[in-house]
Amino acid sequence: MTLESAQWRSRLFLLQNLVLKDFRIRYRNMSLGMAWSVVNPLVMMGILTFVFTKIFPNPQPHFAVFVLCALVPFNFYSLALNAGTSSLLENESLIKRVRCPREIVPIAAVLANCLHFLIQIGLLITFVLVAGFPISLHWLWLPLLWGMEIAFMCGLVLITSGLDVYYRDVRYLVEVSGLVLFWLVPIFYSFQMVPARYHVVYLLNPIATVVLAEREVLIGGTAPSMGFVTALALVSGTCLALGFLIFGRLKQNLADYL
Amino acid sequence: MTYAESLARDSEFAPVATAAAGTPPPVMVLDHVSKSYLRTGRRQLLRGRLAAWFKGERREKFTAVRDISFALDHGKSLALVGPNGAGKSTLLRLAAGITQPDSGAVTVRGRVSALMELGSGFHSDLSGAENVYLNAAILGLSRAQARAEFEGIVDFSGIRDFINEPLRTYSSGMMLRLAFSIAVRVSPDVLIIDEILAVGDQDFHRKSVEEIRRLKNSGTTLVCASHATNLLLELCEEAIWIDHGQLRMRGPSKQVLADYAASAGT
Repeated sequence: MTLESAQWRSRLFLLQNLVLKDFRIRYRNMSLGMAWSVVNPLVMMGILTFVFTKIFPNPQPHFAVFVLCALVPFNFYSLALNAGTSSLLENESLIKRVRCPREIVPIAAVLANCLHFLIQIGLLITFVLVAGFPISLHWLWLPLLWGMEIAFMCGLVLITSGLDVYYRDVRYLVEVSGLVLFWLVPIFYSFQMVPARYHVVYLLNPIATVVLAEREVLIGGTAPSMGFVTALALVSGTCLALGFLIFGRLKQNLADYL
Repeated sequence: MTYAESLARDSEFAPVATAAAGTPPPVMVLDHVSKSYLRTGRRQLLRGRLAAWFKGERREKFTAVRDISFALDHGKSLALVGPNGAGKSTLLRLAAGITQPDSGAVTVRGRVSALMELGSGFHSDLSGAENVYLNAAILGLSRAQARAEFEGIVDFSGIRDFINEPLRTYSSGMMLRLAFSIAVRVSPDVLIIDEILAVGDQDFHRKSVEEIRRLKNSGTTLVCASHATNLLLELCEEAIWIDHGQLRMRGPSKQVLADYAASAGT
């Protein structure tokens, strides 16, 4: 085994241990454990479906599935961003102990949330099938879409976690971004309702493009529009690259500010 | 920022050339290393940072380590002495690569295992065993290596009965035992110890000193800061005395420690 590959293996081992640590800490003291990942989207779906079918009637068929399609990527965004942003501060004692590639800490926080994401995806698929949508070959697009969202989150969290060490205000900005995005991601309305001149706002927002492409696949039963997929790939790729670039600068003095 | 300052800043990223060809390079080289901190607390709020930026206000700096250079070969050991606040811990952090120098360069070859503050590297909600694996991973071990070392670490720590209890239930002595066992059992190339051995009981103290000796004989380089003169004399052949962040004396540990003790007495 070469030195390079040995190093990568040990980093992978570290990543795995950090992800495991997050799970253990989170679930050790909860009797319902993983069930909570299902409760949150179900409750949200129930409320939104009630409001938008009974109070503001809405022509959208299968409204519950329509909403859930958006809630799953949105939930992952908000969980991963919150956990990731504070990850460096929470793992302060690790960072102060030894020189290790610090990028691993926020990335592990994002990956630890992928389990919720997977559980919620399972829930979504169940609802889609129960609503009577057929399985199709186009579903093969889904892992790619979700994978790009994960990449986007890694990039975003590298930036916010690094900044959060220097300016603790960042976590409040992050909370606000969650509120803003709840409205700016087409969760309970469709893209067709958005006036064309605002479309660019949605294309630049990877959570929105994931939702839109995912709906085309799951509800529309077609392949996703290339416009959405391209926009998603470009924004996620740029964000990931920027994340590593900015984190590379921020990590120099990290230990002095923790 | 003056020109000199900007030069100093750039050199942080510049590689250092060390060691003449032919001779094995030293394990640890500190080359004109300085580190300073801002004196009036760290500004963590954007508002404060912006205000300072607009006013053009500059804050006073406190230089914790000023222009220190030394090199250590394979298997050598260095004691660090000096009064509280002299910069010992900052120097150790720099040597461990935990923090970056403002100017100068630090080069260390191989795996560094550092025992700094008690409890650092541990997570209080995880069990002792889970912390062992996490720490082994942080120190750069592979899964197979971590598995292979696990029993040895637990045995050496002498706290097998509590290894599956969460760390928050541990006493400081138990934490030290676990931290020390991990630090020495991962076969480090450089072992850095900052004071903390004082928490252990006599039995463990004796055991750890023996273990550090064994590591030294097998080629580990040791850097150790302490106020326990006897321990330093026992473990380190060389010593440096720092005062106000500056190197005051370097030499055989007997000499340096004697002079340091004499200065403290007066």
